Amino acid sequence: MLVIGLGHYLTVAAILFTLGIFGIFLNRKNVIIILMSVELMLLAVNINLVAFSAYLGDLIGQIFAMFVLTVAAAEAAVGLAILVIYFRNRGSIAVEDIDVLKG
Amino acid sequence: MEAASVFLPLFGAIGAGLFGRFLGDRGSQLVSCGSLILAAILSLFVFADVVIGGNAREVMLVPWIESGNFKVDWALHFDALSAVMVSMVTIVSAAIHVYSIGYMEHDESIPRFFAYLSLFTFFMLMLVTASNLLQLFFGWEGVGLCSYLLIGFWYDRPSANAAAIKAFIVNRVGDVGFTLGILGVYWVFDTINLNGIFTNAAGAAGHNIQVLGIGTDSLTIVCLLLFVGAMGKSAQIGLHTWLPDAMEGPTPVSALIHAATMVTAGVFMVARFSPLFEQAPDALMVVAVVGATTAFFGATVGVVQNDIKRVIAYSTVSQLGYMFFAIGVSAYAAAMFHVVMHAFFKALLFLGAGSVIHAMSGEQDMRRMGGIWKNIKLTWALMWIGSLALAGIPFFAGYYSKDIILESAWGAHSTVGIYAYVMGIAAAFLTAFYSWRLLYMTFHGTPHADEKVMAHVHESPKVMTIPLMILALGAIFGGIIGQDYFVGEGANAFWGGTLNALPTHPALAAAHHAPRLIKFLPTLVAIAGIALATFAYQMAPDLPKRFAEQFRGVYGFLLHKWYFDELYERLFVRPALVLARGFWKSGDGTLIDGVGPDGIAAATRSLARRAAALQTGYVYHYAFAMLIGVAAFVTWYLYSLGR
Repeated sequence: MLVIGLGHYLTVAAILFTLGIFGIFLNRKNVIIILMSVELMLLAVNINLVAFSAYLGDLIGQIFAMFVLTVAAAEAAVGLAILVIYFRNRGSIAVEDIDVLKG
Repeated sequence: MEAASVFLPLFGAIGAGLFGRFLGDRGSQLVSCGSLILAAILSLFVFADVVIGGNAREVMLVPWIESGNFKVDWALHFDALSAVMVSMVTIVSAAIHVYSIGYMEHDESIPRFFAYLSLFTFFMLMLVTASNLLQLFFGWEGVGLCSYLLIGFWYDRPSANAAAIKAFIVNRVGDVGFTLGILGVYWVFDTINLNGIFTNAAGAAGHNIQVLGIGTDSLTIVCLLLFVGAMGKSAQIGLHTWLPDAMEGPTPVSALIHAATMVTAGVFMVARFSPLFEQAPDALMVVAVVGATTAFFGATVGVVQNDIKRVIAYSTVSQLGYMFFAIGVSAYAAAMFHVVMHAFFKALLFLGAGSVIHAMSGEQDMRRMGGIWKNIKLTWALMWIGSLALAGIPFFAGYYSKDIILESAWGAHSTVGIYAYVMGIAAAFLTAFYSWRLLYMTFHGTPHADEKVMAHVHESPKVMTIPLMILALGAIFGGIIGQDYFVGEGANAFWGGTLNALPTHPALAAAHHAPRLIKFLPTLVAIAGIALATFAYQMAPDLPKRFAEQFRGVYGFLLHKWYFDELYERLFVRPALVLARGFWKSGDGTLIDGVGPDGIAAATRSLARRAAALQTGYVYHYAFAMLIGVAAFVTWYLYSLGR
């Protein structure tokens, strides 16, 4: 019988994290997708935290997960607000169009 | 008192120059003229004390340089020679300061003008009272600087700027010689204090120095180098080209600097070093030949010039030549006599010319003057007096000084002396001729100016004519009063041993025993010159033109001033320009700028451009860089932990 242990949780988290990274790098279209990918990465970290917390019997990990969720929510709100303003000013939120930092 | 007479002009210069803005035009004039007049009065007291009272002395001011045996002080050396120069400089300068109040009335920068004028006077006084060669050099360069500033006073005229630079550069050529001369003096005497040099002068004769592998008498070399400096400052042939161009400055400047005082600095310096020159007869010979040639050269060129100031400028060159050949035959006292007399009548002529220019609304070309004597009788009379003195008509100042110079040249009984005498007689004839040519073209005959100018012709204000009258007094009576003291019976007591001619050089003493013909010849040729000018410009007015057409070659040669300027243009100016352009373009532009500032800037810019290309501006590139960075750090951390 397959016992679901720590390793499985970590594997899922790692897969999610890698998906998030690729979401950021391979995406050429939309900044919202980047935000979503960042969210995905944070969730992967959360899984790690909760998994270790359960495994070690230490609640601090779960408390930390709550903090991360809060910050992620705030980050999503701020990020989306910036995007709305940006779209209003520039008329586009395509990743390729955002290159003001170009030297 | 001695210090006050020297430093009052400096006070005037500082007052007018630095505080002229607060004092205003009137205040500046008051400060500089007032201090100059005061200095002139004080200088007369000093003169009375030093020369008549026989109290030659050195007034120590402050120590300057002390390095081992080399010791230089700021000190004022007052003996007969410097006292004569100080009185002459301050009196002439005071007259010219007052005159300038009227002449520069409509100028925009009056305080600046008066500051320069007073500063010049200070430097000149510093020069003549120097107690050592370094101090003399300080004054020497100072008057050069002021000359530059005053020639270029109207700095919005390109020609004035060019003339100022020319004067400065030609003087630098002479200064190279002068500087080397000072070093030579130090090398020979181990001191540059005048007293130390003169006491050892006789002992230093006959030593040899190796120049380019050839053994030469060291004193001859030193004296020749000093004379090169004097040639530059006193506009002797070869280095004279700056003086006529210096007429671009305001007329009072021409009178003060380029006729009466600064140009005599060279004569003064050589006379000051008479103990040295006496020990170097070869150098004296060179001085005499150069002086005589210059006297003749200046006079010939003056004959054909048409600018009223240029005629007088070439006359100055010619008269300076007289002074030098007097020195060349060891008649130092005669040279100094002529210096002082010349200061009076040449300043008078220049200021008179300024008065004419003032009356003619700025016209300087004599061909567009004429017939104005009725309108400006006073100026006319004063110009006559100046010309009579210059030409050496009996009982005017120039008669005594020029005669004694020519007789000394004869009295030297040497080939050089005869050469100088012949040249001097020829120059005397030409001097009288061009002086009267100037008078006739300017004042007499039919008017050549247009009616507007003629209607405007007016006598100058009193502030201009009164200084002229003072100078005229000097030009009339200076010779009669001075001749006994300067060159006659009382000369030895008067000079108090400052001008020593060796007993083997008795030119001045022999001058008094010259044959009657020799004595009268200068006066005769002067009268002949006047007669010729009267004939050519009064009775047969088309004669000069026909003469010029007949002898086109000679006329062109003289009109182009013996082609000196053209020769220097080819020989020095153009090669120097080509060389300078080469250095500028390839040396400075390509090499120094290309490798240095410009090269570094270009390298920085290209590096920055490459670094900037890294910044794509896409968010995911930055994120990628961050991720790679984190991965690298983590990897490194894990590896180092595992070890």
